[in-house]
Amino acid sequence: MTIIIISVLGFIMVVAAVLAIYSQKLLTAIIATGVISLLASLVYLLLAAPDVAMTEAAIGSGLTTVVFLLALNRIRRNQGGSHG
Amino acid sequence: MSIVSILGALLILIGLWGMLTQTNIIKIIIGFSILDTGIHLIIVSIGYISGRTAPILDRAVSQADALRRVVDPIPSALVLTAIVIGLAITALMLVYAVRMHKSRGSLNINDYEDLKW
Amino acid sequence: MVKRFLMLVLLISFALMILPLLREIRPATELPPLAQKYVQDGPDELGAANLVTAVVVTYRGLDTLGEVAVLFIATAGVGFLLRRKEKKLGSSPKRPASEILQTGTDFLMPLIFLFGVYIFVHGHLTPGGGFQGGVMIASGMLLLFLSNSATRINHTVLHFVESLSGAFYVGLCVLGLILAAGFLDNRFLPLGKLGSLFSGGAIPIIYSLIGLKVGSELVGILENLRRNDS
Repeated sequence: MTIIIISVLGFIMVVAAVLAIYSQKLLTAIIATGVISLLASLVYLLLAAPDVAMTEAAIGSGLTTVVFLLALNRIRRNQGGSHG
Repeated sequence: MSIVSILGALLILIGLWGMLTQTNIIKIIIGFSILDTGIHLIIVSIGYISGRTAPILDRAVSQADALRRVVDPIPSALVLTAIVIGLAITALMLVYAVRMHKSRGSLNINDYEDLKW
Repeated sequence: MVKRFLMLVLLISFALMILPLLREIRPATELPPLAQKYVQDGPDELGAANLVTAVVVTYRGLDTLGEVAVLFIATAGVGFLLRRKEKKLGSSPKRPASEILQTGTDFLMPLIFLFGVYIFVHGHLTPGGGFQGGVMIASGMLLLFLSNSATRINHTVLHFVESLSGAFYVGLCVLGLILAAGFLDNRFLPLGKLGSLFSGGAIPIIYSLIGLKVGSELVGILENLRRNDS
C-alpha cells in the first residue's frame, strides 16, 4: 500500500519537475517547484521522518517559493523602471 | 534498491539536465532546487526500515523496545541541516541573479561572457 | 548541437556514477551499529525523548554550529548585495491589501508566533525543534509583510536578536566545556525525568536560541528582498 502511494506521488513529482524545466512562463516553473517540495514532504512522512517532513513543508513549499517570487518581483520592477 | 531512492535519482538527473541546458538564470536556480530535493530524498531513504516508526520515545514507543521499533535517526538529522542550508544558498543565488540583471539588463546567461576568451 | 550531445553524455555518465550507490541501498532489517548506540544510550545519557533532536544538538552538534554559521554568512551576503545607497523618501502609493487578508492576519499572526515558540520549546519531546520553529516565525512575519505593505521592521532589534542569540549559543557550548564533559555537552543542567518539559539538560535552551537565530535571519532575508526601493 505504501509502495502504491509513493509511486503515485513520485510520478506526479517527476511530471512536475519536467514541467518546471520546460515551461515557458517563469511563474509556472516556480509553482511547480513548490509542488515538488510539498509532495516530497508527504514522502518523508511515509518514511517515518516527521521532523524532516515538517522542515521540508515549511521551507521548501513555503519560504523557497516566496523567495523566488520576491526576487522575480524585484527583477520585473527593475525592468519596468529602466524601460518605462 | 528502494523506490524512493530511484525517485531521488530521477530528480537529481532532471535537475542536472535543467541546470545544463537552460539559459535563463532563474531556470538554472530552479534546477538546482530540484537537484537539492532529490539528494535529500536519497539520504532519507537510506535510513528507512520497513515496518518501523519514527524515532521519538513517548506512549507509543517505550524506551525498552526502542531498539526494535525505530528507524535510523541519523539521516534525518543530516537532512534537517541540509534543507536549511539549501534555502540559504538558493536565496543567495537569487539575490546574485537580481544584481546581475540590474547591472546588465538581461537574464540570459549567454550575455554574460566576461570570462570567455 | 555538439553541446547538446556532450551534455547528454555528461548526464549519462553521471547516472552511471549514481547506479552503484543505488544498488547498495538494500532494505535493511537491523539498525546500523552507530544508530544502535545512539538509540540505546541517548535517552539515558542526554534525557531527550526525541532522538533526532538528541543527534542534531549534541551528538552532531558541530554540524549544527556550522549550519548556523552558513546561514549567517548567507544572510550577510543578501544584506550586503541588496543595500541601498541613499534613503528614498516617499515611495509610490501601493494598493492596500484586501480585507480578508488584513482580518485574517490580525487573527492568525499571534497564533502562528505562539505555535512557532511552542514547537521550538518542545523540540526535545515532539517532532520539531529550533529550525522548524524559526521558519514558522519567519512565515508569520511574512504574513504581516503581505497584509500591510508599509510595515517596517526595526533593524536594530533584528540585529540584536540575531547576534545575541548566536553569541549565547556559542557561550552555552563553551559552558558545556567548562562545566561538563566537553564542548556542546548538555549535562550541566539537571537531566530530569524523560518526557517532561524540563528534561534534557540544556537542550531546550540551545534549541530555543537556534530557533530565534534562524527566525530572525530569515526575517532579515525576506525584509531585504522586499524593500520598495532598489
